[in-house]
Amino acid sequence: MTANAPNSYRTGPDERGLFGIYGGRFVAETLMPLILSLEEAYETAKADPEYRRELDGLLDHYVGRPSPLYFAERLTEHFGGAKIYFKRDELNHTGSHKINNCMGQILLARRMGKERIIAETGAGQHGVAVATVAARFGLPCVVYMGETDIERQKPNVFRMKLLGAEVVPVTSGSGTLKDAMNEALRDWVTNVESTFYIIGTVAGPHPYPAMVRDFQSVIGNETREQMMRAEGRLPDSLVACIGGGSNAMGLFHPFLDDKDVEIIGVEAGGLGVDTPDHAASLNGGRPGVLHGNRTYLLQDDDGQIIEGHSISAGLDYPGIGPEHSWLRDSGRVTYVSATDSEALDAFQLCTKLEGIIPALEPSHALAYVSKIAPDRPGDHLMVMNMCGRGDKDVFAVAGHLGVEMSE
Amino acid sequence: MNANPTTRLKIRFDKLRDEGRAALVTFLTAGDPDYATSLKILKQLPTAGADVIEFGMPFTDPMADGPAIQASSQRALKAGQNMIKTLQMVRDFRAGDHDTPIVLMGYYNPIYCYGVDRFLADALEAGVDGLIVVDLPPETDDELCLPALDAGINFIRLATPTTDDKRLPAVLANTSGFVYYVSIAGITGAGAPDTEKVKVQVERIKAKTDLPIAVGFGVRTPDQAQAIAAIADGVVVGSALVNLIRDGIEVDAAADSISANVTGLVSDLAEGIRAAGSGN
Repeated sequence: MTANAPNSYRTGPDERGLFGIYGGRFVAETLMPLILSLEEAYETAKADPEYRRELDGLLDHYVGRPSPLYFAERLTEHFGGAKIYFKRDELNHTGSHKINNCMGQILLARRMGKERIIAETGAGQHGVAVATVAARFGLPCVVYMGETDIERQKPNVFRMKLLGAEVVPVTSGSGTLKDAMNEALRDWVTNVESTFYIIGTVAGPHPYPAMVRDFQSVIGNETREQMMRAEGRLPDSLVACIGGGSNAMGLFHPFLDDKDVEIIGVEAGGLGVDTPDHAASLNGGRPGVLHGNRTYLLQDDDGQIIEGHSISAGLDYPGIGPEHSWLRDSGRVTYVSATDSEALDAFQLCTKLEGIIPALEPSHALAYVSKIAPDRPGDHLMVMNMCGRGDKDVFAVAGHLGVEMSE
Repeated sequence: MNANPTTRLKIRFDKLRDEGRAALVTFLTAGDPDYATSLKILKQLPTAGADVIEFGMPFTDPMADGPAIQASSQRALKAGQNMIKTLQMVRDFRAGDHDTPIVLMGYYNPIYCYGVDRFLADALEAGVDGLIVVDLPPETDDELCLPALDAGINFIRLATPTTDDKRLPAVLANTSGFVYYVSIAGITGAGAPDTEKVKVQVERIKAKTDLPIAVGFGVRTPDQAQAIAAIADGVVVGSALVNLIRDGIEVDAAADSISANVTGLVSDLAEGIRAAGSGN
């Protein structure tokens, strides 16, 4: 399915929250009035210079932006092809790109007079970022997390608790990210008046996909300026990993209309997209409706949602942001996948050659970089989004490498 | 396209209005705990006192439902339930009952996946009278609501405590059959509704529509059903019935015994509603 190329890839969504046929507002009536008021509040805030000023100040002085654009010299030598740059969003406060969005949303929650914050989390990076901004602004915070994820992400669970958040284990369904999102939606439906739901990725009902993208676009906007300063021109290619797709959308969006920039999203291939155990919605799923939006989903013939699998708890969501679905169909972005073992190899390579321990999520992006970089010429500028650091994954990686560690 | 909507819902609500009482609307999930038991219970519901049957189309991710109904979906899916089987159960039921309206309730994805046109054709042929699709608000009417109306199937909308006067006209615009008032902001099976508050809301909606208003979410006992029946045209009970199936499974009860427990509660609820007399 390839749509006619639009004049611009950056104008979506439309007033119904649609990117082509994707996105929208598929929610229960109880939530509709709230979603409409959220949209209105966000539009008002966006146009308010005072909101922008406050957000920029916090991004500079609290989050630590701008994050560096780093020339990965030893990996470049190792691959012997493209010149590889990392956008170092793992250096943000809390260790990932997630806080860019959380800061934007909590300032919105304050403007709307909300008194309570809820969130879902998979790997815990979003949960930690939410707990952090909730602590910073003194708002009570409840984070829903699947019990399977709680088990494999213990350091982040403890971190959230230290920050004062209540971490609620989700046992319903299969006890992972999608079920955590269901529980958060149930909480929201029950506490609509008091509560602000900070969704962590570019999915969910409109306006979340557009709003989270806008907050994450700081990544791509900085990259443009930094690359112009470093090389005097735009990059030739961008590579980012995709679960729900927020770090990728943040890097990609400012470049969508630069048609010479090749853009590649890397999904979690798990044990392989030809096996049942992967989380590659775009490469192994088909369009459906879940969590408030129409998008590519992992589902069976009856429309029942299938659990994603990935070595990375941050990527095993059975859906993906609707704008990615549209960019896939329109052909503007190429979506590929990397397997668990390829990501594990990239994780170790990056640690040894660059002295940077990447999270398992961007390790998938690096795995794909390792496949294509050697074949690109030496003047090819490739930017990979290093969207999270790997401290949280050290125990899990040790397990996969057969190293026993006491926690 | 069929311009004449099925009228079982209208006939049933009109008849009950003439009798001066509210409808008992029972919810069960299709295929819970298994196909045979579920069909057995379904067939006994009208005799036990159900006036309208809501039949849940199981879904892995029922975000607006509480733990009881989510668990019922999971039991049904585990037993192999799917859309084809759900429609077959309606067909089997309809072969022996031409009057009791059946409303399929669920989420959009299994319908979208089945194909909207194919679904509407098969549902109509099976004898489905109405649809409640939780995640299709009025903003999405072109997806299923309008095609359903064209096909002659009622589309029943949920109105909630958060549906303010500004939204109410949009919510009522393409609603037919009845209006389902969700008595609390929350999920199914949550705390009991406050009858006084519900009464005010039902009157607010009644001022804007001639359709019957059924009230659900949190109604469990015959006494509660009686209280709601006094102020509305229908009372929906779901989680309490579904929990009886869970309780039966937990003690390995025979299908007949589970079925008897469910129909027993339905009879008691029906009695409570009859005790309330007219809702108008």
